[in-house]
Amino acid sequence: MKTAVTTATSNAATEHALTFQELLFTLQGFWSARGCILQQPYDVEVGAGTMSPETFLRVLGPKPYSVAYAQPSRRPADGRYGENPNRLFKHTQLQVILKPPPPDIQNLYLESLAAIGIDLRQHDIKFEEDNWESPTLGAWGVGWQVMLDGLEITQFTYFQQCGGIDLDPITGEITYGLERIAAFLQDVDSIYDIVWMRDAKTGRSVTYGEVRLAEELQFSVYNFEKADIGKLWQHLDLYEAECKALLDQTRALPEGSDAVTCSRVPVLAAFDLCLKCSHLFNLLDARGAISVTERVGVIARVRALAVGVAKAYTAQQSVVAHSEA
Amino acid sequence: MPAFLLEIGLEEIPARMIAAAQKELAERVEKMLARENLLHAHTVQSYSTPRRLVVLVEGVLAHQPDTQEELIGPSLKVAYKDGVPTPAATAFAKKAGVEVTALRTIANAKGEYIGATVERKGRPASEVLAEMLPREMAGLYWAKSMYWRAGKPERFVRPLRWLLALLDAEVVPVEFAGVKADGVSYGHRVLHGDAPIVIARPSEYVAKLEAAKVVVDVEVRRQKIRKALDAATRAVPGARWRENEELVDAVTHLTEWPTALLGNFEKKHLMLPEEILETVMRDHQKQFVVEDASGKLLPHFLAVLNTEVDAAGAAIIRHGNERVLRARFNDARFFWDVDQKIPLADRVEMLKNVTFHKDLGSYYDKTERIRSVAKNLIANAAPALYAEQIKLDTFRASVDQAALLSKTDLTTDMVKEFTELQGVVGGLYAKEQKLPDGVARAIADQYKPQSSEDSIPRTLAGSIVALADKMSTIYDMFEIGLIPTGSKDPFALRRAGTGVVRILSEKEGLRNNTNFSSVFSLSLLLPPRQGIAMNVYVFLLDRFEFYLQETRKLRLQTARAVRLSEVLRYASFINDPNQILGLGRITDFASILNEQVGSPEVLAVAELLKRASNLLRQAQEKGIEFPNAETASLLENDAEKKLAQRVTEVDASIQKNYREGKYSEVIAAIAGLQQTLNAFFESVMVMVEDEKTRNNRLALLARTVAVVRWAADFSELASI
Repeated sequence: MKTAVTTATSNAATEHALTFQELLFTLQGFWSARGCILQQPYDVEVGAGTMSPETFLRVLGPKPYSVAYAQPSRRPADGRYGENPNRLFKHTQLQVILKPPPPDIQNLYLESLAAIGIDLRQHDIKFEEDNWESPTLGAWGVGWQVMLDGLEITQFTYFQQCGGIDLDPITGEITYGLERIAAFLQDVDSIYDIVWMRDAKTGRSVTYGEVRLAEELQFSVYNFEKADIGKLWQHLDLYEAECKALLDQTRALPEGSDAVTCSRVPVLAAFDLCLKCSHLFNLLDARGAISVTERVGVIARVRALAVGVAKAYTAQQSVVAHSEA
Repeated sequence: MPAFLLEIGLEEIPARMIAAAQKELAERVEKMLARENLLHAHTVQSYSTPRRLVVLVEGVLAHQPDTQEELIGPSLKVAYKDGVPTPAATAFAKKAGVEVTALRTIANAKGEYIGATVERKGRPASEVLAEMLPREMAGLYWAKSMYWRAGKPERFVRPLRWLLALLDAEVVPVEFAGVKADGVSYGHRVLHGDAPIVIARPSEYVAKLEAAKVVVDVEVRRQKIRKALDAATRAVPGARWRENEELVDAVTHLTEWPTALLGNFEKKHLMLPEEILETVMRDHQKQFVVEDASGKLLPHFLAVLNTEVDAAGAAIIRHGNERVLRARFNDARFFWDVDQKIPLADRVEMLKNVTFHKDLGSYYDKTERIRSVAKNLIANAAPALYAEQIKLDTFRASVDQAALLSKTDLTTDMVKEFTELQGVVGGLYAKEQKLPDGVARAIADQYKPQSSEDSIPRTLAGSIVALADKMSTIYDMFEIGLIPTGSKDPFALRRAGTGVVRILSEKEGLRNNTNFSSVFSLSLLLPPRQGIAMNVYVFLLDRFEFYLQETRKLRLQTARAVRLSEVLRYASFINDPNQILGLGRITDFASILNEQVGSPEVLAVAELLKRASNLLRQAQEKGIEFPNAETASLLENDAEKKLAQRVTEVDASIQKNYREGKYSEVIAAIAGLQQTLNAFFESVMVMVEDEKTRNNRLALLARTVAVVRWAADFSELASI
């Protein structure tokens, strides 16, 4: 009897459920209508939306900034060859950055849930403490995991520090796990069964599995079995050296250099190189190639780059802002 | 008499911090009101929900009473020269805020001074509150706090969103964190929405919030949850929800309007070990486990919701919770199957890649240390093994295998996902992989006891592995300087230390003959670790004292008395391990002694022994040197000869009876010294001119005190 009721409800709910891409459109539309810049995913491998320069660099300094973007996030060690219905090597985050956070940020977030078809009067929502910290990025914040009927659907963080720099103003970060939310809305037990797109005319649909399963399998094989450890180390050394070289050039700028000279310094490129290092570290880690003693050292190397970039970026911004004022 | 109400409205406060903050806020407000002379006969109530901290004080004065204060100034001589006020007098008058003509002469024991009576006008309560409350709010302690406003003017646990501050019908004009107090509150996010709730008077607060679907009283909410859980469980005949106070507490602080809902999972998942199922439901989903009358898990769970829904809503929420649980259980099943592909034995090598601590190496290194300490402890189990007809070699092999595999579960997907199940998973996998039962149990129990409520390891082998794990952790952390101080104990070494004490005190088969010194033996005592051994020893003695008082509920004096003896024995046993008294014996002795502390017999002998100790101490302070035992031929009168003879008899009696576990007789033997010792003090002068006689008498007293101290330092028991 109970089962019958459940099935009936869920069917009724899922018929109108958003497809994966509609979910993305709706959330983007929602935040776009609330003053956010819509950005595209960053085109360098990252482990989380936080690592995109649209978050990592924009949260630094005093300039207000609001942006939303989807970010495919690669975590090589989380790959499961496409065999686990709940785990992915690459998942998609919808990242919303509100700097400074508006006082009604929680309400805005709840409205965004209504926008994707979640009627809160029919659900149980809780904000449970969950603080975030990334030693490699020298960043931390406090906040919540948002639980909907027992499912964690969002990470909500008030960023306090980034790249070792105390933030002022702080930033509100809302990170939606799109696969989880889509699976919830569509009531499917496997991520691979999520309907990615449905042709309104023909009713033909394409699943997440059809789009991404091969990628999950092949990257799991590469990340865990095939990646050439020696070359990964070489890549890491090369990217690190180049990033350092750029940062050294920044530091070598004479005191009081003018805004034009300062704004030409490729700090943004240095950050890309730092991201490369971070991803290579993740690959080496998944490959089981980093020993205990090395591990701490490599994290420190990446952190040094991230902190260096954050410093350089802040300094650059302040010179440029000064000249504009 | 007016009532004062303060409600601090916040974004969701972390559940773990709410109870303490609620209490602290109430205390701070009450103290502040008392300090400001604003309290009459009063009552203080406090409430909280995830979104608010509330304090309600009834019996507040609307106005501070006026007060008078007498100020004393400079002496009359300084204040007036030839009847004319000096600058000193004018300055004092100015400071006191009175005219010079209003100054009076005050005569006291020290002489004559000028003085002034100062009238202090009381201020309205509202004004005082507005001034003082921000300081109290800002002073609240938070384990972790944050900035949210630009310019970072204040830190608080989460952003503050509204303030309700009422003195009866009047809004107290307090401002904190950029928020001005008003006469409104807010209800349940979903069930009531954003509409403000006007609170006209403090007395209507609780009822108005209830109407807005917020139960502000924590106890009422807790009871509501318990009743809701009971009611929901009734749908399953013969079932009950598994009591878990900690979880009830957690969900109480996660909800404003709690209800409960029964959900189901497929029976096939019951094939997973109960430990895993319960961890998923309890720790990850904050759900209650449902069991039958015999305590067996049933395929149901209870979720506590922060809302109230109709049947359709309940079906949706149930379905959602069931879906998450199903995924979690499927994950666990998946981890289980994948993990079995690499047996625990093959995972030892993988531990080289798991950091224990950056300065202490990997878990592989840690494993080696556990094995070496465990090896040293095995001999202590020999008598128990002999009694149970277990071969020492078999036991040694089983302990070593358990120690070797103890940390291997850290490399499994299951433990990576459910970290709190470390040890438990190792035990389950060992069983699955057909390792001996003893090995599986020892692995499973290695972290026990994890709290004062937790049990100690079930088996001897498990106890030895658990001891070796904890001791080597404490040792290694001390070695690199990570010694707990004050409230800082990031590696929970105190808990580990208490665990060591509990196993040594309670585990049959070890408790009679195993002590801290047994664990220190051999490898740990070799240089350069000796100095650390002493620090660890003192640390463990502190834990032992704590254990005797907090767990065994013994008096402070008893704990101190046996602690000192333990230190003295330690020094003499270090070269003779066979003499070691197990910590269990000392605990038993302490319990018996504790019953007699304060009895006339114990008090009488304790006073005499304290007198003896004082004499010895004074002599030492004067630089007098004397041997630690008397020379029989130098004893002169009968009383001292008698004492020497009795002390020898008592010494033998204490040692024999203590080893035989006849602790009352140990205490009786000591108490039996009273007459002889009393006679000694009455008829023998200790501090005589003749140096030889004097030193011999001091030596006799020194031996007397030492003989008794072998069991307990009675001078601690001279008063209660």
